[in-house]
Amino acid sequence: MQEVIEGRVWTLPHDVDTDQIISGKYLTIIDPNELKKHVFEIALPEFAQEARPGDILVADENFGCGSSREHAPQAMRAIGVGAVVADSFARIFFRNAINLGLPTIEARGVRALFEKGEIARIEMRKGRITNLRTGRSIEFPPLPSHLLELLEAGGLVEKVRRELEAQKAAARAAP
Amino acid sequence: MTNSNGHGQTLAEKILARSAGLDRVVPGQIVEGNVDLAMMHEQGAQTVAPFHQMGAEKVWDPDRVVIAIDHWVPASTEGAAVLHRILRKFAAEVNLPHFYDVGRHGICHQILAENGWVVPGDLAVGTDSHTNMLGAMGAVAAGVGPTEMAAVLALGRLWLKVPPTIRIEVNGRLGKGVTAKDLVLRVLGEVKTTGATYKAVEFGGSTVEGLSMPERFTICNMTTEMGAKAGMVAPDSKTYEYLEKIAKHPMHPTQPDRDASYERTIRIDVDDMPPMVACPYSPDNVRPLSDVAREHVTIDQAFLGSCTNARIEDIREGAALMKGHTVAKGVRFIVSPASTPIYEQCLKEGLIEVFTEAGAVFTNSSCSACFGGNMGILAPEEACASSSNRNFPGRMGAKEARIYLMSPAAVVASAIRGEVADPRDLV
Ligand code: SF4
Repeated sequence: MQEVIEGRVWTLPHDVDTDQIISGKYLTIIDPNELKKHVFEIALPEFAQEARPGDILVADENFGCGSSREHAPQAMRAIGVGAVVADSFARIFFRNAINLGLPTIEARGVRALFEKGEIARIEMRKGRITNLRTGRSIEFPPLPSHLLELLEAGGLVEKVRRELEAQKAAARAAP
Repeated sequence: MTNSNGHGQTLAEKILARSAGLDRVVPGQIVEGNVDLAMMHEQGAQTVAPFHQMGAEKVWDPDRVVIAIDHWVPASTEGAAVLHRILRKFAAEVNLPHFYDVGRHGICHQILAENGWVVPGDLAVGTDSHTNMLGAMGAVAAGVGPTEMAAVLALGRLWLKVPPTIRIEVNGRLGKGVTAKDLVLRVLGEVKTTGATYKAVEFGGSTVEGLSMPERFTICNMTTEMGAKAGMVAPDSKTYEYLEKIAKHPMHPTQPDRDASYERTIRIDVDDMPPMVACPYSPDNVRPLSDVAREHVTIDQAFLGSCTNARIEDIREGAALMKGHTVAKGVRFIVSPASTPIYEQCLKEGLIEVFTEAGAVFTNSSCSACFGGNMGILAPEEACASSSNRNFPGRMGAKEARIYLMSPAAVVASAIRGEVADPRDLV
């Protein structure tokens, strides 16, 4: 995770549920590179074709509501989404996304700050998001350090892997 | 009991503080909680890959892991068969003995409840969003994703943001024909589907104290529909009695402080509350059942099942109403007990016959028609009276199909009448 994330914005409405992110019929797909072809098929049909790595999603309230499926943030990560910012998130989506190492930021009023295609600049630790075209910005409560560390490690799998490795090394070093 | 700064703690705060080895926690604080119980169902199959990627070799405590397959039992599609196989292989590989496989199966939350896997003071997590139901034991029980579950299996702990608590204080006496399901629907009508997002819901008051454990399971189950991280009832003599012979590990009984600080307290008086129904397409679209009954909404299917309402008490109550009646022409009535022991009990009490003689289908225990992926699937024009917990578009099949959520008694009344009906109008 970089301290400053910049990218081109895609906007989304409120209450985009996990079915609109990855439809139920693709839940048996395991390969993320296959999964990413179907991301936002319902909510934002041109996204899977036109998205570029580093693009930023800006959504309204209650983004990612519905089921606990992890396929939704997985598909976004596979496409290379730089960050997901929303007025608010549903609980399990937020956890799943952070755990997969996807910068996920709750910033009240962010949807109103952007039009599609504008460039966003996010300062993770400062807690500020700026529209580089209009110059307008808003502040948000930065993620707690625990979650920033999780993102820096690249997600929960990597963080736990390091932790287990350290444990094993310590066990080997013990007399 | 009062804390040093004069602000008491809620039940969720106390349980999370204990799980993290802290004296106290405040909402918003991130803690590392030690997990007392981890549960996986079919979605747990996706836990296996990240578990291996983490380089984990063994599960932190195999005696605190339960696998219960329930969505497609026995496997009804090839995809489901593959998920089951992945789980069986994994359980054998890392030596997980508590696997409720086909033949001992049941809905995962019911398996946890009736076998005493979750006890007062526990922090429990499961790969299903209705894990909240187990909060009725006086525990914090929450749904998590599969990667998170992999970390729990490897380390026995997870990060949690301490949620603020909403207290729901219910007083008064439930009238005749009015059930715990009606009560939780009434609460949903008030809190709405996002009203408790990221929050804990703590039920209390004289009505809740009077509820049996199965009824408490029903109300905690549907805190998921409020967006809540956890829903709970403080433990009391009923909790201890229920768990007396079955608790699988030591309890840490916890009560909220008298001066606990709640984000919000909602007071509900049920003295004059009628039976309720949640109309399409949201569990918070709640109206008095008799109002909807007056509109003569015909149904094509009725479903008495799901983790919300398919315990022996629910099925007994349904059978008592069913006796002497038949299922209306043109209605498919599906009854699915929540677990194999409940199925056996129905058999012993002659309840299965009551339903089959009336023209209902009595199935083995599973999630059954609840989620539209296994059986009892609805066509676009159809409507269903259901004792389950969700009625979003597409939940039981076609996205246009309409689901009316209600108590088991109301489901039976509707099956008899062939339209959404008030059980008090029967007899
Ligand atoms: S019965 Fe329905 S709500 Fe309960 S676990 Fe099964 S699918 Fe989910």
